[in-house]
Amino acid sequence: MGKTTSEKIFSKASGRDAYAGDIVIAKVDAAMAHDGTALLAIEAFEEMGGKELWDPSRVFLVLDHVAPSATEAFSKVHKRMREFAFKHSANFYEVGSGICHQLMVESGVVQPGSLIVGADSHTCTYGALGAFATGIGSTEIAAVFLSGKLWFKVPETISVVFEGSLPYMVTPKDVILKTVGTVRADGATYQAIEYQGSTIKEMSVEGRLTLCNMAVEMGAKTGIAKPDEKTLEYLKNLGLKPQTTFRSDEDIEYSKKVEFDASELEPQVACPNFVDNVKPVTSVEGVEVNQVFLGSCTNGRMEDLRLAAKILKGKKVKKGIRMIVAPASRGIYLSALKEGLIEVFLRAGCVVCNPGCGPCAGAHQGILSSGEVCVSTSNRNFKGRMGSMEAEMYLVSPATAAATSINREITDPRGLRLE
Amino acid sequence: MSMLIQGNVWKFGDDVNTDLIIPGKYKLSITDLDELSRHAMEGVDPKFSERFVKGDLIVAGKNFGCGSSREQAPLVLKYIGVGAVIARSFARIFYRNSINIGLPAVECKDIEKISERALLQVDLGRGIIRNLTKNEEYQIKLIPQEIWQILSNGGLVAYVKKHDKLPW
Repeated sequence: MGKTTSEKIFSKASGRDAYAGDIVIAKVDAAMAHDGTALLAIEAFEEMGGKELWDPSRVFLVLDHVAPSATEAFSKVHKRMREFAFKHSANFYEVGSGICHQLMVESGVVQPGSLIVGADSHTCTYGALGAFATGIGSTEIAAVFLSGKLWFKVPETISVVFEGSLPYMVTPKDVILKTVGTVRADGATYQAIEYQGSTIKEMSVEGRLTLCNMAVEMGAKTGIAKPDEKTLEYLKNLGLKPQTTFRSDEDIEYSKKVEFDASELEPQVACPNFVDNVKPVTSVEGVEVNQVFLGSCTNGRMEDLRLAAKILKGKKVKKGIRMIVAPASRGIYLSALKEGLIEVFLRAGCVVCNPGCGPCAGAHQGILSSGEVCVSTSNRNFKGRMGSMEAEMYLVSPATAAATSINREITDPRGLRLE
Repeated sequence: MSMLIQGNVWKFGDDVNTDLIIPGKYKLSITDLDELSRHAMEGVDPKFSERFVKGDLIVAGKNFGCGSSREQAPLVLKYIGVGAVIARSFARIFYRNSINIGLPAVECKDIEKISERALLQVDLGRGIIRNLTKNEEYQIKLIPQEIWQILSNGGLVAYVKKHDKLPW
């Protein structure tokens, strides 16, 4: 019998013939921690007697969750991370560089077949390039900083198939929200998800990053898109020439197969307070909104900003609502500036934040008050995530977010007539 | 670490996520564990950390600890003295984090038979839970050797301190 992408990557990284269910010790290609997780990792590293990093060129430390720092306590965290990174010559990303996951992809360390761990649950994003990437905790990342190795249970694989072309104003975010609503929040626990079918083939790498980003919302260990010409083109633009690619064999058995017709997909919304409480936008149209957030590691890339700017061009964010935009990286911010998107946002009345996590993690740049409703392009709408326990969050696509900001109520973007 | 853990049950439902266990706004603003722990489980029960008795157990439904990779989630539970978390299933990062900090996390399919405040004895060595209130026994999912050696030493840092090397 053949092997899945995950089994192939773990076989390479562990040096043994690995199959789903095996527990292996594998060498990782890179390890990342950010300002929400690195402090505990640094403490654990030092407590374990760590003197030097296993390979400083493969360790990444990023200030993105509360960046620039909003509190004195957090400034201390940043200071400690800077000192640690400089002392050990690790890759270090200062405040304003962007979101860790986008920066990891842009850095070129993520390649087809790589095995990457990060002290952040959305590390699974990198599977969009055919890597196996997964989130771990702070103590474990400290152990990886020391050794470059970690134990893994090789996961089974679920196949998620989308066939057909996406309709007008229906985006990769709607694809993944539909998937999460169907598979549910624990439907893929301990497993890998492979996204397949003609819809994914037609989709850009940016769109695939959105899909893989939310694999963890189904409990998955990672999400993977098969590397193809689009992947290679994307990597070429980053100045890379990938040597190896791993793809699942044809004759493998998936633990589950879920199939969808993309051509019939409507814009989707994850309603309060669970990511898998997913409904078509038409069933929540008219819900009054106080804040809209466009950004995050899910939807803060060029295609997302372009689509939102297309909708906001020449329009105004409605009075009574604030629209917050945070590009996912400095590179994206610069591209958006060059294309005139930032000007569109500013003229429409948006707040454009520095690259970073923005208000997604509930620490700064748009914390919700009780009774407020936020529409967000991010990946989690758990109670209390973006501020008050009595605030509500709806997760949507960039198109639905932009359409909502000009109407002050949840709006189906398909009704828009653009110039 | 003791193989026998005894305590009363605090029961929770399905999909208790890390933002309910320790909201991001605290995790990202409070770095002192003592202060942070006062907010443990605040999203489900605002008075939890005040009422919780050291040594008691958390029993929950499926997908406990889903969401973020924040290690502060199992850390605050351990800090307030949770003896073990027993759930129908765990989100994987929470599970790994618990083991790595030495907080027993065990899977059990019979959690619906366990009532709020029941007195349980978790026998990690024999892989069973004794419900002393109802005089019943439930199986717990076997903990693989690779994981057991970390947990039984009190977590990854404790393991390294004791053995002067990583388990791998």
